[in-house]
Amino acid sequence: MELTNKRQKSQYLRLITFLLFILSIVFLQTSPHVLAETPEDKGLAIAIEADKRDLGYRSLTADMLMILRNKHGQESKREMRFRSLEIMDDGDKSLIIFDSPKDVKGTAFLNYTHKVGDDDQWLYLPALKRVKRISSRNKSGSFMGSEFAYEDIAGQEIEKYTYNWLRDEECEGMDCFVMERYPVDKKNSGYSRQVVWLDRAEYRTWKVEYFDRKDAHLKTLTFSGYEKYNDRFWRAAQLDMVNHQTGKSTELQFSNYVFNVGLSDADFNKNSLKRVK
Amino acid sequence: MKKLLPIALLLSIFATWDLPAQAFEINGYVALEGRLFMQDSLYIGQEDNNASIAMAPEFYHESPSGSSLTFVPFYRADSADSERTHFDIRELNALLVHDTFELRLGIGKVFWGVTEFVHLIDIINQTDLVEHIDGEEKLGQPMAHLSVPADWGVLDFFVLPYFRERTFPGRDGRLRTPLAVDTDNAVYEHSSEENHVDFAFRYSQIFNFGDIGLYYFKGTSREPLLIPSVKSNGRTVLLPYYQLIDQVGMDLQLVTGNWLWKLEALYQDNDTKNYFASTGGFEYTFVGIGDTMIDLGLIAEFAYDDRDDEATTPFDEDIFGGLRLGLNDPAGSELLMGLSYDLDNKGNIFQLEASRRITDTIKIFLESWVFFNTEPGDYYLYSIRDDDFIRLQLFYYF
Repeated sequence: MELTNKRQKSQYLRLITFLLFILSIVFLQTSPHVLAETPEDKGLAIAIEADKRDLGYRSLTADMLMILRNKHGQESKREMRFRSLEIMDDGDKSLIIFDSPKDVKGTAFLNYTHKVGDDDQWLYLPALKRVKRISSRNKSGSFMGSEFAYEDIAGQEIEKYTYNWLRDEECEGMDCFVMERYPVDKKNSGYSRQVVWLDRAEYRTWKVEYFDRKDAHLKTLTFSGYEKYNDRFWRAAQLDMVNHQTGKSTELQFSNYVFNVGLSDADFNKNSLKRVK
Repeated sequence: MKKLLPIALLLSIFATWDLPAQAFEINGYVALEGRLFMQDSLYIGQEDNNASIAMAPEFYHESPSGSSLTFVPFYRADSADSERTHFDIRELNALLVHDTFELRLGIGKVFWGVTEFVHLIDIINQTDLVEHIDGEEKLGQPMAHLSVPADWGVLDFFVLPYFRERTFPGRDGRLRTPLAVDTDNAVYEHSSEENHVDFAFRYSQIFNFGDIGLYYFKGTSREPLLIPSVKSNGRTVLLPYYQLIDQVGMDLQLVTGNWLWKLEALYQDNDTKNYFASTGGFEYTFVGIGDTMIDLGLIAEFAYDDRDDEATTPFDEDIFGGLRLGLNDPAGSELLMGLSYDLDNKGNIFQLEASRRITDTIKIFLESWVFFNTEPGDYYLYSIRDDDFIRLQLFYYF
């Protein structure tokens, strides 16, 4: 009886804390992690704050260079262009257009990220002028033969994971949060969990460790060359993904970031896929 | 001369287009091809092997507003079949992009459809059959294409002012009917012949659970009936007969988890025999099989055509099984295998397509088609029963 009471009490307390914490976010009066009590709440609060700091970018374009390396150091390169559109009440829309290798030039990948449920994805094949709807459940599949999976490239919506703050520690010479995140779509994700390092000052991600479904350390992603755009938005110039199980790695460079470029829904539909070059 | 008129018109648009060197690109490919036929030819004059070279450069100019000009000529020179040595303008068009619509004027290409084995409802462009019997190679189609996207779907309007006749292998070419098709003497139902103006209208919409398209086409059938005829030199040939048709068609693709469900259907009204045809099926993908990066897709489809044996395609009541392997390696290696089985007439087709990059600019394609269990009831398939082939292509992209 007493036990139940205690449990009820603690649940009650947790609810109150949670409400306070939500209120604190809503009114932006305090730093969100101060009131958070449990590691789960704190982890979620960190994710929400990181996401909030990126709100309002509207649309952006960037150039991507992907360098694939096998364990012998042999390289192959892929050039792409990236376009993204912020959607207010759902996940973002993004478009990736391939420029090289030349045999895939003009191929384009369109993704509607959803906060809840499967994303919508299409692939445009320019030789046939064919737009193919593809299944977004292949999220653990390799993106263009690289060490990045589709789920690593897609929009990292808050709702795609549950969170657990682990500890604070120094990373890259800064004070950092270390938290775990668990994919909500456990069945189709290639990961059991990810460990993420973010700096406390700007909530930029510096490192992600990926653990496979058997919970073995599979990959590590590191971010470098952060720059601030439009006085607000931090973006890394380089992402390095290393696969510890195969010795292969992929370097992903971003350049020519332009924010608020005035793209609209019309630039992210099947028609626009057909006219990209 | 009439043929050249729209081309001249387009070239004049090119010439007068305001050309501040904003974004001009030249891309394209040159491809070497060797086809090896595994059996002796059935018909007199046919070659056992052929070698050919094809090229398709693409000239592209884009203005800051997103409007663009595209020119894609295509040429193939073939060692064996003079009909397969051919030139075509795949694209020569101006695309005007406005906030509320897109307008494409000139020679272009449009693909409709969702299935893998049969491209049933695709109708805007004529099939360039000498290129490949899979029906995926198309001739450039003169068009005015207005596309209006809205929240409730996309409306596409087409005016098609000039008709392109289907290409067929010549007397020396393999993969043909016993009587060669005389493409120089096509017969039309309508007196305007190739100058008959065709129309099409399509509505399409995307949903979270899938994509749907519905269309209506009024004009000259892309698929000719083949009519035996004795020429003045005493030789019997098949004359392509192009009817006027009214056709409605639909394509539907549903996504549920790893399953892709596909359906295409059409109903055609013509003066010979109205008919219904459909194709559909599913594709299921296993991602990263056995802890590798390899994806394995399983495909099962059916094709139905209520004209049965009178169908102008080899697929009247067939089922298809397919397997797609994507290695996800840096070379982009892919393999597609398929087997078709005709439920009435028997007759199977086995097809295999494999490709991989050798360098960043060179890609190799290996393909093989094998025809077996064929019976006279399926005229087309029976005609090509001894035309099993291996096709090797080397593409250089620039």
